[in-house]
Amino acid sequence: MIRTIQTLIIALACIAFTLVLGASIWAIASDPGQGNLPQLLSENMGRSGVEHPVTAVLLNFRSYDTLLEIGVLVIAGIAGISMSKTTSLEDPDLRTSDPLLYALQRWFIPLMLVLAGYLLWAGADRPGGAFQAGAVLAATGVLMRLGGIPMDFLRPGLLLRVGLVLGFSVFLLVAVVSVIGGDAFLAYPPGMTKPLILVIESVLTLSIAMVLLALFVSAPVNDAEDPEEGDPS
Amino acid sequence: MTSSLLYAMAGAALCGIGLFGLLRLSHLLRKLLAFNIMGSGVFLIMVALPQHQSGPDPVPQALVLTGIVVAIAATALAVVLIRRYYHLSGMTSLEGEAGSREGGPL
Repeated sequence: MIRTIQTLIIALACIAFTLVLGASIWAIASDPGQGNLPQLLSENMGRSGVEHPVTAVLLNFRSYDTLLEIGVLVIAGIAGISMSKTTSLEDPDLRTSDPLLYALQRWFIPLMLVLAGYLLWAGADRPGGAFQAGAVLAATGVLMRLGGIPMDFLRPGLLLRVGLVLGFSVFLLVAVVSVIGGDAFLAYPPGMTKPLILVIESVLTLSIAMVLLALFVSAPVNDAEDPEEGDPS
Repeated sequence: MTSSLLYAMAGAALCGIGLFGLLRLSHLLRKLLAFNIMGSGVFLIMVALPQHQSGPDPVPQALVLTGIVVAIAATALAVVLIRRYYHLSGMTSLEGEAGSREGGPL
């Protein structure tokens, strides 16, 4: 009885919340507002170094957001890894010996790697970029891991740490160098915009894939007694 | 009432559904899913509302793209935390809630 009343109260509160939200959306939608962001953006596209507006916003006009975002990802990755109990980050239960999966993998993994590279490159002038490429790369890693392909770089060590912080540190380095050069924080030097964005996108792809993969791998909490993968025990 | 505005309203509805799930459901994974539904509603509002006013706007689209990646990472971290919590306590919901010990293995 109490539970029903509770549910009823919560449902009413949520409906009220939705109505208030809808009313405010209606109010904002009917107000023309001032300032025209899309127009401002298209006027400045020539200075951004890329042709696709979303990429231009992500890595040039609002690159501060992207910098903070990769920082959040790195922190999430580190927190996830530190939660996992064993040092091996390996769960024998997850390994399968499905011949169909093996056969699929032989076709899919090279294709997915190529697709990730294409998405990264396509970000300059059409939808694509570091996030999509990083997601595909991470999915490739998940597939490889499910298929039992040994991935030693995911063991906590130098390689994992470098992979995790690579994107963030390169991005931060570019930002700080432009400050030391007397320019604004994260302002790319003129003429260098396109190569810098390309470098940042590439390392971001690697780091995003690494963070997502590390989080996937560290999700299962296994018993400390389990032998490590590749352990001759 | 354009289709973009309809999308924004659907986003508001998703927010409400997600909020209800977050408050009402006791299983932690369900709470997490409900929270993600709420986040999707916010993303939908953020993309659809500027589109209704001045056509496709790359700025909120880029911000939502950033938000999606952060949401994925946060969800993955939450799953790691939930698994750890389950491993340590054997419960799938927070203490003090009804049905704490009913949950089976995650």
